[in-house]
Amino acid sequence: MSSHAPATPLGIDPAGTVHSSHEHHELGFWRRYIFSTDHKVIGLQFLFTGLVMLLFGGLMAMAIRWQLAYPWTEMPLVGKILFPETGGVATPEGYTMLFTMHGTLMIFFVIIPLLTGTFGNFLIPLMLGAPDMAFPRLNMIGYWFWWPGIVLILLSFGAEGGGPAAGWTSYPPLSTIETAAPGSLQGQNLWLLSLTFVGVSSMMGAINYVTTIVKMRAPGMTYFRMPLSIWGLFISALLQLFALPVLTAAGFMQLFDRVLDTGFFTPTNTTINGLTPEAGELAAGGHPLLWQHLFWFYSHPAVYIMVLPAMGFASDILSVNARKPIFGYKPMAYSMAGIAGLGFIVWGHHMFMSGMNPAVGLVFMTATVLIAMPSAVKVFNWLGTLWGSSIRLNTSMLFALAFVSMFIIGGLSGIWMACTAVDIYIHDTYIIVAHFHYVVFAGSVLAIFGALYHWFPKMFGRMMNETLGKIHFVGTFIFTNGVFYMMHQLGIAGLMRRTADPYAYETFAHMQPMNQFISICAFCLLFWQVFFVINFFGSMFLGKRVGRNPWKACSLEWVAPSPPGHGNFDRELAVHHGPYEYGVPGQREDYCPQTVEIDAAPTPVEEPVLA
Amino acid sequence: MKFNLFRVFVVLLFLAVPVLGVWTFVDAERWKMWFPEGVTTYAGEIDFLFDIILWMVAITFVGTEFLLVWAIWRFSKKEDGKVTYTHGNHTLEVVWSAVPALLLIFIAFSQMGAWSTIKMNFPDEGPYTVDAPMMEVIAGQFDWWVRYPDEEGNFRGEDVIDVPFDIHVPVNTKVVFRLKSRDVLHSFFVPKFRLKQDAVPGMSIPVWFEATETGSYDLICAELCGWGHYKMAGRVHVLEEQEYEDWLSQKRSELYAND
Ligand code: HEM
Ligand SMILES: [Cu+2]
Ligand SMILES: [Cu+2]
Repeated sequence: MSSHAPATPLGIDPAGTVHSSHEHHELGFWRRYIFSTDHKVIGLQFLFTGLVMLLFGGLMAMAIRWQLAYPWTEMPLVGKILFPETGGVATPEGYTMLFTMHGTLMIFFVIIPLLTGTFGNFLIPLMLGAPDMAFPRLNMIGYWFWWPGIVLILLSFGAEGGGPAAGWTSYPPLSTIETAAPGSLQGQNLWLLSLTFVGVSSMMGAINYVTTIVKMRAPGMTYFRMPLSIWGLFISALLQLFALPVLTAAGFMQLFDRVLDTGFFTPTNTTINGLTPEAGELAAGGHPLLWQHLFWFYSHPAVYIMVLPAMGFASDILSVNARKPIFGYKPMAYSMAGIAGLGFIVWGHHMFMSGMNPAVGLVFMTATVLIAMPSAVKVFNWLGTLWGSSIRLNTSMLFALAFVSMFIIGGLSGIWMACTAVDIYIHDTYIIVAHFHYVVFAGSVLAIFGALYHWFPKMFGRMMNETLGKIHFVGTFIFTNGVFYMMHQLGIAGLMRRTADPYAYETFAHMQPMNQFISICAFCLLFWQVFFVINFFGSMFLGKRVGRNPWKACSLEWVAPSPPGHGNFDRELAVHHGPYEYGVPGQREDYCPQTVEIDAAPTPVEEPVLA
Repeated sequence: MKFNLFRVFVVLLFLAVPVLGVWTFVDAERWKMWFPEGVTTYAGEIDFLFDIILWMVAITFVGTEFLLVWAIWRFSKKEDGKVTYTHGNHTLEVVWSAVPALLLIFIAFSQMGAWSTIKMNFPDEGPYTVDAPMMEVIAGQFDWWVRYPDEEGNFRGEDVIDVPFDIHVPVNTKVVFRLKSRDVLHSFFVPKFRLKQDAVPGMSIPVWFEATETGSYDLICAELCGWGHYKMAGRVHVLEEQEYEDWLSQKRSELYAND
């Protein structure tokens, strides 16, 4: 391990605010809870906002599922709000808007903010032994830049002509030409502006995460002594830094196309609904595929932004509750880096059928199948971690185990999609929907639940209720699979996604009962989250108070008080070893915190790879 | 050792994933939740490629899920808390990186033949070629128009035949057509042909297939194209060669009669 110790957090203080004043100075309500620069408060702000958005996105999913189960019938509860003019019956354009907004909310307002905004903020300084983020004020601004995005996206529902309805992918010309879709009026402009704010917010976060990780690790906290959660957050922040500018630029190009008729994405001689849009009349000279390249250049890396931190959380939770070091720490870190690196050269796998040069498709295919390799390595190492361990089946562990089980499914189905020839048939069918929900819902969302149960004691100084947690887990696990598993078979049978009423087709007519089963599971899944809500908010006030380290974990956040005060640590930190020293032979306790030296030299049972 | 009911329940829950997972795949065909019968020359090949991957995926799925279930079962009952203290194993890492890598490369290469047959290598001798296609299919919000050329093979002019929604083609013939869009993106998808291709405004994309069975098949738009996307349904009618010729000449005579 490198002997060079990074600058102490006390040594550098880029923002100049952290240490100069915090000792005896009490901040007022506004500075403490609303415009706070404390990373923990900002993390919680992202958490609560993200959970509310998750509820919105979830309700929209229910509306989608209602339509697919009982097309063109009155939707209970949400129908009256979503479709007041038709008495609660979905309209075709309303359905298009629903899945567009469901996807947009879930990705840009739920998953990414929960993973990076919440846990990135909360965990990075604590796990590295830093008193706060490198740029606390930028951090606060980052959170507040998210809000114009939220306001704009909510406003777009009420825009003239309805909300944006070109899919979360917003492919032009559907998204750029106003005559193409009702939602292509103001709604799409608001969507584009909203995503720009969200992007700026993520960018500020990413700058902070990277700087903090590079500059503010406690003495002795070398890169290869960082917990895998930090590796996941680090790499996903790097992905944000490199990929996000492309999306922002592309978004502006689309906005210019819409308001200034620049025609970046509009081919010459376009007519839509018999009308020639202004841009099309000129030799617009644009190309719709350009958007797809730019969009997926960001959005493919973005899907890894949505899973790498979750992989990190799952690794940490597994190791703590298996009471055993993570198996293959370095391969775990390298495979994340491998996924991220390859992630930049695979975007074309979303475009195999798009009209892109088929020879180029072959290159993208090869890169894409290779990405399954580091994913497999991670799964094997998780299994290796469990092997010979002593598992504690608490709620967070159950969710982490579920993450592994579900990620296997999502990862494996990806292989089919990567394969150009097979993808001819399955592209844009329900097997795709199954695939990304297995990764992003059954994977990342379950990992987020696991992480909440795991770090809740640190966040609030109290325990969540284990019994309620287990009830929550069991139902969530069952219904998640009930919702998403049979989508594979529906897709193999050809069922198309984004289709408001598939049953008019001979090919799909017999699929309604299966869709009803899926929808009922979905309603149960949403309902089941009541157990989480009660437990989460109830425990905040009524949970059993805990000390610093209820899970007997090794990483640094557990050295701080629960919850940590301003400035986080009340003692000097020195890191002596990696974060996974569980079950070291010859020790009094079965874990050895990073701040404590392992005295008796351990005799590893197998060949050690700890560098 | 005390018998812990919850632990057994959790193990069964995780065990249900591979068990039900495999069962629903095995039985899917019986529930008509599987590939509809393929009716082009290349359909069989795509299904076969899918099946190769299916086998590899199934073995990996069952293997890893069972290992996971076994690990949960075996290692959650310890009471002495003794664990195998190890940080990993170099040989294992090499093996489980290299083996998947090789399998995946094999999978990628196995795709290339079929992909280039379908998307890159168009029939170069008659009756239809990329330069002399049988028809043009023009997608638009929310309809399909099929244009057959006049007797000289021109797609412009008075004597072309335009048919909405219904595509007529001869069986056992390599049909080449050009796919266009009038407005936004659409996608030409005939599940039983195993054929999908986006239609892009400004592009004229060559597509080919050879149907092996007569009949009428669903043509579905597979790319979101606006509110009416879900009902942008067409039909492909695969006719005996003679039937097709008769249909075409009848269309022509209708056209001339109208003049
Ligand atoms: C309660 C759980 C959920 C259910 C029942 C659900 C259901 C659905 C359904 C029915 C669709 C539309 C399929 C179609 O195109 O016809 C869909 C699309 C989608 N979902 Fe979910 N979903 C859930 C959770 C999530 C989560 C957590 C995410 C997070 C990223 C997510 C991301 C997406 C995306 C990106 C799309 C595609 C949207 C588009 O193509 O425009 N979903 N979901
Ligand atoms: Cu991708
Ligand atoms: Cu369409």
